Amino acid sequence: MSSLTYLVAYAAIIVFVLAVLSRIVHYIKNPIHVRWELYPVAHEEGERANYGGSYLEDVDWWDKPRKSSKFNELKVMIPEILFLLAVWEHKRPLWYVTYPFHLGLYLIVAFIGLIGISAISQLTGIMAGTPLMSAIHALTNLVGPAGLILTVAGAAGLLFKRITDPDLANYASFEHYFNLLLFIGTGGIGIITWLFVDNNFDMARAFVVSFIGFKFTAMESTLFLIQVLLVVLTIAYIPLTHMSHFFMKYFLYHDIRWGDEPNIDTPKTDEQIGVVLNYPVTWAAPHIAGTGKTWAEVATHNPAAAAAEGKE
Amino acid sequence: MSNNKLKINDISKDTDMLASVPNEDLMPLPWDTEEKQWEPLPDDLKERNVCILDDVNILPIPMPKTKEEEEELVKKFISGMEKCFSRTDNWTFLSMLETTMDNCAKCNTCSDSCHLFEASGSNEMYRPTYRTEIFRRLYKKYVKKEILSGLRNGDVDLNWRTIARLGELSYRCNVCRRCAQTCPIGADNALVAREIRKIFSQEMGITVPELHENGSMLQLEFGSSTKMTKEVVRDNVDFIDEDFSEELGVEFKTPWDVEGADILLIHNAGEVMAWPDNVAAFSLIFEKAGLSWTMSSELAAYDSINYGVFYDDVQFARTAILHEQAAQKLGVKKIVLGECGHAHKALTVIADRVLPPGLQTPRESCFPILRDIVKSGVLNLDPSRNDFPVTLHDPCNVTRLMGIIKPQREIMAEICPQFREMVPNGPHNYCCGGGSGYAIMHRNNIPEWRNKITGRKKISQILNAFSDCRGPEQKKYVCAPCSNCKGQIRDMIERYDLLEKENMTYAGIVELIVNAMPDVEPDTIIKWEEGY
Repeated sequence: MSSLTYLVAYAAIIVFVLAVLSRIVHYIKNPIHVRWELYPVAHEEGERANYGGSYLEDVDWWDKPRKSSKFNELKVMIPEILFLLAVWEHKRPLWYVTYPFHLGLYLIVAFIGLIGISAISQLTGIMAGTPLMSAIHALTNLVGPAGLILTVAGAAGLLFKRITDPDLANYASFEHYFNLLLFIGTGGIGIITWLFVDNNFDMARAFVVSFIGFKFTAMESTLFLIQVLLVVLTIAYIPLTHMSHFFMKYFLYHDIRWGDEPNIDTPKTDEQIGVVLNYPVTWAAPHIAGTGKTWAEVATHNPAAAAAEGKE
Repeated sequence: MSNNKLKINDISKDTDMLASVPNEDLMPLPWDTEEKQWEPLPDDLKERNVCILDDVNILPIPMPKTKEEEEELVKKFISGMEKCFSRTDNWTFLSMLETTMDNCAKCNTCSDSCHLFEASGSNEMYRPTYRTEIFRRLYKKYVKKEILSGLRNGDVDLNWRTIARLGELSYRCNVCRRCAQTCPIGADNALVAREIRKIFSQEMGITVPELHENGSMLQLEFGSSTKMTKEVVRDNVDFIDEDFSEELGVEFKTPWDVEGADILLIHNAGEVMAWPDNVAAFSLIFEKAGLSWTMSSELAAYDSINYGVFYDDVQFARTAILHEQAAQKLGVKKIVLGECGHAHKALTVIADRVLPPGLQTPRESCFPILRDIVKSGVLNLDPSRNDFPVTLHDPCNVTRLMGIIKPQREIMAEICPQFREMVPNGPHNYCCGGGSGYAIMHRNNIPEWRNKITGRKKISQILNAFSDCRGPEQKKYVCAPCSNCKGQIRDMIERYDLLEKENMTYAGIVELIVNAMPDVEPDTIIKWEEGY
C-alpha cells in the first residue's frame, strides 16, 4: 500500500504541474487582446498610483518617457496577496472566514517548504544538526498545525456561509461544497495525524526524504498514509478547478487589469496585430458580411455604404 | 415582487415577467420625491418583441412564433457562444472572457459596488454575477462540454426564454466596470454583459436600434449617427461660430480640413446638435490659445462616437479605422478627442491594438491640453466669474478606464473657487446611469428606468455634493465633461425638477473655461435660466 501511495503522490505532482502549465500555456498562446485596463494601475509611478492616474494625463504622452514603478506594484500586490485586501474592503463578513482559509493554505505551503528543506538537509547532510535546522524544525512545528487549523476553520466557515447566506447559496454548486469538504477532510485528517501519530512531523519529513530519493520506504501509520493520499490528491485537484485563480490571478492583474502598454513603435505588437487581422471571420450577422473574409477585410468594409450603393 | 430572490434557473421559466423593482425597494434619495409606477409595456410591443424580463424593453428580440423559431433562437445563440470562445473570431476579448469564466469564485464581492444593484434595493437581477453565472453554466455545458458539467458547476435549463432573457439582461448593465474593479481575482462581469450583446449583434443580427441602425450604421453611411452629412455639419458649425461669436462678444472661427495642422479635434456630433455651446467653447479656447488645429469633414471624422464599444467589435473597428484614415489624410500630428467619454476610450485605448501600422496617428484626451492652456495663463482667466458651487462628474471611460483624473481637477482648482468633489470620485466614481448609450434611448420605459435605477446613485451623489447650499436661491453647476453623461444628467435634472427646485444646471468643462474669460459677455455661455 505504501508503494502505491508513493506512485499516487508522484502522479499527483505530475498532474498538478501539467495542469498549472497547461492553463498558463493556454493563456499565453491566446492571441493578442485589446487593451482593457482598469485604474488605478498599480505600476504607475509616483502619486499617480495613489489617485489612479495614468500616463494619458500628459499632453503628447507618446513622446514622454514612460516610467513604471515595481515598488508601487509590490505595494499593492503584497498586501493583496497576504491579506486579501479587496475582500476586506468590499465584503468584510466574507473576509472573516475566507482570510483564515487562505492564510491557512499559505502556512501549509510554507510548512511543506520547511519540511522540504529539512528533508534535503537530511539527505545531503548540509546544515544537519545546526542551530538553523533546529530553528526550522521549531518553525515547522508551529506553522504546520497553525496552517491546518486555520484551513479547516476557514473552510468550515466558508461552508457555513455558502449554506446559510442566500446571496452565496444561490451561486454555489456541487463543486463548491465538494471543494470545501475536501479541505475540511484533508485538513481534519492532518490535524488528527499531527495530534495522535506525528507530533513533530518526523513521519512527514521521512516521507519527503523517501519521496525525493525515490526510496518507497514503508509508512508505519495507516492514518499518515491516508493523510498523504488526501494531501497529494488535493494538490492535483486544485488547478483543475476555479481555484486555479491562485496562479491565474497573475495574468488577470498584470496582463489585463494593469495591461496598459501602448503600441508606440512596438514592432512586436504590430506583428501580432498583423496576425490577428488575418484571422478568418465566421460571425454570421448580415452586417458583418464576413463569409470567407479576414478581420482586415471585414473591418475595412463599409456595409452602410455598400447598402446605399445598392439602393442607387 | 418586492425583495424577490431570483434563482439562477428562474431565467428559463415560463412566466410573463422575471422581475420587477417596486418603488418601495428603491434606494432612498436625499430628498423627498414620489416615483411613478412602471407603465405596462404596450401589447403590440409584447406581440412583436420578447418582453419577459422586467418592465423595460431595450433589445428588440423578435417574438418567436413557432417551435422552429424558438429552436432557431437557441441554436444561433449557442453558435455565437462558440465563436465567442474562438481564437480567431474573438481574439479581441478571448483572454478576458475565458479567465472570467474559469476563475471566478462566486464570492459576490462585486455586488455592492454596482450602482444598479444598490439602487434597485439589491434586486437579484442586477447582481453583477447573475447574468454571468447563467452564461457560465451554458458555456461549461454547451461550449466547453465539461464532463458532469451540470453537477459540477450547476445547471441551467436551455430554452428560448433563457436566451431571450439573457439578451435583454445584457442591457441591464452600464458596463462601467466598477464591479471588475472590486473583484479580488480580476474577473470582469461587465465584460460578460458586453460579450452577450456581441453574440446577439455579430451572430444573430439582433441589435439595439439607437446603437446600430440609428447609430453605428448611420455613422458609416452619413458620417454621423446624427445623420449630418459633411455639408450639413459644416453649415451647422459655421452657424455656431457666427451665433456664439455674436452672443459671447468674441470672434472666433472653426477651421476645417486644414492639412498639416497639429491637431485634429473630433467632437461627439451630438454636441453640434444638442450642446452647440460646447463646440463653440472648444473653438474659442483653441483659437485664443493659438493652437494649430482643425476639424475634418471626412466620413465619420466629425463624429467621435463609436457605439461598437458597447456591443460589436466589427462596427467598433470600422469606425476607429475611419477616424484614423481622416487623420492620415490631413497629415495631422495627433487626434484630440472632445468631451465624449466612450470616444476617448474607444480610439485612445481599445483601438490601440486594432489599428495596423500606417494607421496609428497618436490620440489623446482633450483634458490634458485644456489643463495646460488654463495653467499657462494665456487666456487670462478670472475665477471670480465662476464663483458658484460646481461639482464634477467623472465619466467612467475617462477615469476608471483611462486614468485621466487630475487634469480636470487642476482646471477646477484654477477657475472654480467653490468646487467640491462628489464622493466617491476619480477611478472609483459612479456611472451617470447613461453608460452603454442608454442616455440616447427614449422608448419602452427606458427613460423611467434610467431615472429610477441606473442614474439613481449619480443624482444622489450630485445632491449630496451640494448639501451645504440646497434650495433654489443658490445656482449650482454640474460639470459633466462627456456627451452621453450630459444627456443622462439633463434628463434627471428635468425629471426631478432640479432646475426649478435647486437652480441646478449642467454642461461641460470648456463652458466653465469660457465663462471665466474676461472678454466674454457674462452669462452667455452658461444658460442658467433656460436649462438645456
